[in-house]
Amino acid sequence: MCLALPACVIERLDGEELLIDLGGVRKRVSGALTPEAQVGDYVIVHVGHAIGVIDPEEAAQTLALFAELSAAEQAAAMEQSQ
Amino acid sequence: MKYVTEFRDGDLAQRIAESLAAEARPDRPYSFMEFCGGHTHAISRYGVTELLPPNVRMIHGPGCPVCVLPIGRVDLAIQLAMERGVILCTYGDVMRVPASESLSLMKAKARGADIRMVYSAADALGLARKHPDREVVFLAIGFETTTPPTALVIRQAAKEQIANFSVLCCHVLTPSAITHILESPEVRQYGTVPIDGFIGPAHVSIIIGSDPYVHFAEEYRKPVVIAGFEPLDVMQAIRMLVRQVNEGRAEVENEFTRAVTPEGNLAAQAVVSEVFELRSSFEWRGLGEVPYSALKIRPAFAAWDAERKFELTYTPVPDHKQCECGAILRGVKRPTDCKLFGTVCTPENPMGSCMVSSEGACAAHYSYGRFRDIPVVAG
Repeated sequence: MCLALPACVIERLDGEELLIDLGGVRKRVSGALTPEAQVGDYVIVHVGHAIGVIDPEEAAQTLALFAELSAAEQAAAMEQSQ
Repeated sequence: MKYVTEFRDGDLAQRIAESLAAEARPDRPYSFMEFCGGHTHAISRYGVTELLPPNVRMIHGPGCPVCVLPIGRVDLAIQLAMERGVILCTYGDVMRVPASESLSLMKAKARGADIRMVYSAADALGLARKHPDREVVFLAIGFETTTPPTALVIRQAAKEQIANFSVLCCHVLTPSAITHILESPEVRQYGTVPIDGFIGPAHVSIIIGSDPYVHFAEEYRKPVVIAGFEPLDVMQAIRMLVRQVNEGRAEVENEFTRAVTPEGNLAAQAVVSEVFELRSSFEWRGLGEVPYSALKIRPAFAAWDAERKFELTYTPVPDHKQCECGAILRGVKRPTDCKLFGTVCTPENPMGSCMVSSEGACAAHYSYGRFRDIPVVAG
């Protein structure tokens, strides 16, 4: 029900609408809830509305955290390097 | 797809699993509730359970709006369509929710009621414009994610003075449901449902922000980690919860920082509070009456409120006697504890609401996990 997908904003249209591209599919959605969305931004689309804008820097940081070592592994790595 | 594919990477998942196994202490169990159906679905679909250490258990929560919609509410919609001759519009997920007298919206449609599935609330308003001679009612369900689009459509109908459109509002609120679970006897009397922390909703939190969860962390001493709906997001959130438990912390942490801020989407919150106000009580399937857990349409927009317009009276209806959806939604039972699971109750012919939506605990387990329960026998 809360299904929503990230899609790229191609164009800001009249009447608070956005033209978005989702994996090659183009669609008009409402941009009324994301007045800050710019062309090139990725917005999260839910039931025909962009409900939020993705922060690309935060996304990159989260991906970097996934690869982070556990506390125990970090300690082991520290010992090895000393 | 950008922001999807990279959050499903199998090698990274293995890596998070390894560090999770190293960090989870073998001398204690960990039980975390994923509130949202979106997380339940991701955990089942991507086999996250298999990647967790055996002492880390996930408990499915009630965060599936289709699952918690009580029979009495679906009955109201069916009544409007069958007895009042309205065009009843709703989201696809709602169509198969079991109602009274073995009916559902789908079956009512088969009996001739004018029931239409829409992708967006705006499509329902479009139908009202197209059929000025008919009453069009939008059955609006969903948590905070789905509420702002409904608020927008009511505001638009008021602006254009579209008199033949109204909304049957069944929007519910996440924080009050979490409070209800934490206050339930099963959780308070530690042992029946031990909950060491919560995975907080992804898309709900885009709207409401991470601040509303601070109360749970502080008041109930339960860590909350808000996570995205992709499998790596869920794994990372579980790792963060294990860390909090190990370090004796109970804080709100945000794994989904790419979309969730502390204050949330202020434009969405503004339109929601313009159109809606709190209901003093609302019945949830499984949880019963929960105080201040749902929204109703403000008197200023009464002309677009189907409950007022058609003078509807809500009548609660008990669930099927053998259906365990209630206990499953509270985390007390698992889908396989239900006698009906996979026998008479299947996604094709759901008896209980948890088997309807793909985010329901029963449907998710039926689709992705039921063969895991059968031991492999050689030869």
